[in-house]
Amino acid sequence: MTHSTPHKISDTPAISCRNISKSYGKVNALHDITFDVQQGEIFGVIGPDGAGKSTLFRILTTLLLPDTGDATVEGFDVVKEYKKIRKIVGYMPGKFSLYQDLTVEENLRIFATLFNTTIEENYHLVKDIYSQIEPFKTRRAGALSGGMKQKLALSCALIHKPSILFLDEPTTGIDPVSRKELWEMLRKLKSQGITIIVSTPYMDEASLCDRIALIQNGSFLRIDTPDNIVKSFGNRLISVRGENMGELLKRLREIPGVISCFAFGDSHHVAAEKSSNQLNSLTADTLAENLKKQGYTNLEVKNIEPGIEDCFMELTAK
Amino acid sequence: MREFRIFVQKEFFHIFRDRWTTLILLVLPVLMIILFGFGITTEIRNTKFAVYDPSRDAATQEIVNKLESSDYFTLDSYLSSPGDIEQLFKEGRVGFVIVFGEKFYQSMLHTGDAKIQLIADGTDPNTASILTNYATALINTYQQELFASQLIAESGKRGITAETRLLYNPTLKSAYNIVPGIMGMILMLICAIMTSVSIAREKELGTMEVLLVSPMKPFLIILSKLVPYFTISIINYITILLLSVFVLKVPIAGSLVLLTALSLLFIFVSLSFGILISSLVEKQIVALLISGMLLMMPAVFLSGLMFPVESMPQVLQWFSHILPVKWFIIAVRNVMIKGLGFSSIIKEVAILTGMGIIILMASIKKFKYRLE
Repeated sequence: MTHSTPHKISDTPAISCRNISKSYGKVNALHDITFDVQQGEIFGVIGPDGAGKSTLFRILTTLLLPDTGDATVEGFDVVKEYKKIRKIVGYMPGKFSLYQDLTVEENLRIFATLFNTTIEENYHLVKDIYSQIEPFKTRRAGALSGGMKQKLALSCALIHKPSILFLDEPTTGIDPVSRKELWEMLRKLKSQGITIIVSTPYMDEASLCDRIALIQNGSFLRIDTPDNIVKSFGNRLISVRGENMGELLKRLREIPGVISCFAFGDSHHVAAEKSSNQLNSLTADTLAENLKKQGYTNLEVKNIEPGIEDCFMELTAK
Repeated sequence: MREFRIFVQKEFFHIFRDRWTTLILLVLPVLMIILFGFGITTEIRNTKFAVYDPSRDAATQEIVNKLESSDYFTLDSYLSSPGDIEQLFKEGRVGFVIVFGEKFYQSMLHTGDAKIQLIADGTDPNTASILTNYATALINTYQQELFASQLIAESGKRGITAETRLLYNPTLKSAYNIVPGIMGMILMLICAIMTSVSIAREKELGTMEVLLVSPMKPFLIILSKLVPYFTISIINYITILLLSVFVLKVPIAGSLVLLTALSLLFIFVSLSFGILISSLVEKQIVALLISGMLLMMPAVFLSGLMFPVESMPQVLQWFSHILPVKWFIIAVRNVMIKGLGFSSIIKEVAILTGMGIIILMASIKKFKYRLE
């Protein structure tokens, strides 16, 4: 058996998902999911913990059966042709799933062997990533740092030259530097023609994907490029910073013209209606004035550009 | 084949890199044999006894000598009054007290109603009954010898005396009973428990998830897990035999080839059990509990290893029939201790083979190619 050259049928989508639903008992983990992933793109599935990301990944990697709906990976049905899919995909589960009592090199060797290849044969594929942890190749995997563990896991998922890479929350629990490095690696892999579907709870990683799907409570809220999603934000966004943020949040929500208001780190993001009627419209200036009248001082109020998280909040609020 | 080899190697790494696993797999069998063989024994050896003897005549002296000269008992002391008996038991100094009636020898010869009382500590009923049985047997021997020497004069009073002779284990060594039982327990422990735990561990740690999303056949993954435990079982089987022959002095009366074939069959049944359990559970602790509660506990209690199955309630006896280890122990006793041939264990072999096939089929059917 040779799977060293993954077959590519350029006109079939890498992943095609139609009306997939899945529930565990009464819990609806996935509800009517439909989307396509094109060949060679980085597709991000973005949403909070428990949104259904891992369930979706497990269905696509043939580990779980959908209750209803169909899905294909590289044209193969996830239920009937699961054996074929298992030969051509690389999968990195959310939980660190390597052998902690084996060394870095032993882990990589096992996964290479698992796919009928060797480290030597496909070294060039993982060189960029693996070379960073190679100095520690005799160390046990359990003794690696979080970032190094993920690099090893990614090496193991890549060693057999998969045509699609499934990465379930690869950046969760690792330091910002390693996160950045990991995303750089994904861009490189994309340039080699590997399709990547990646899930993350971090909204700020959305802009690194070609297209994203925002997922909440088992449903996709929106599928588009990060730019388009941001552009579609329909309201004016105002950032407010000041003292006594807790009470300020409540007060902001009571102001007429405010659609929603959420705490974002050290400031509040206020979504205000973009009205054509200038008089009724709430702007940064009018909002600042309003708050000043209520006795707030030391305020920093300014117009800002929405991010993915603002869009996510807007979509979930609907 | 290359992937199979590297997976077997990986499994050995898992075992030998964890100190406790290694210890359990290789040292536990030795410990169990030594513990059960020497420590936890139903044999009586050098148990102390005290005597209250108001008669102090030739017959009582003879009986006390008889008891003391046996390997089983040592004389602790003579008591001056029956009131001291309780104090002795409270101190735990003696296993039992023997109390003679007055004018013992005279009564025995003339009226025939000489009285002996054996007092033992009933808080440990097993030991108490074994002690009194041994002592009674010795006293009976004395009585027979006495009557034999006065055969003509007393022939009318002899009556019937049952003489017990224990075949295959003439000296009543408990090791004869222990070795087949330990063998069954150890093989079951290593094959069923360790296999099921090791597969459950892959599920619990999430590595099974990655292994499944690969071209390797799940069947091969499981098979590669069995090889190390099979190997270790064979090592333990040899260890147990060596220990029992050279340390516990239990000889292999029957054919070694037959015994080995029988053990291989049992290993096969236990491994299948391990796979079946692991395909039903997700967590190591559950695998451990199920195999521990469902296999080990009944194996200890219902297999006849410690208590005779015949004296158990009918329901438990029925239940004991479904335990592979019970049949294995019976067959090992027949071959190893009694030295019987294949014809004596046809039934046990047939039952074990049947069980193995059923369990293996069930585990193949239950084996999950996905996560659910």
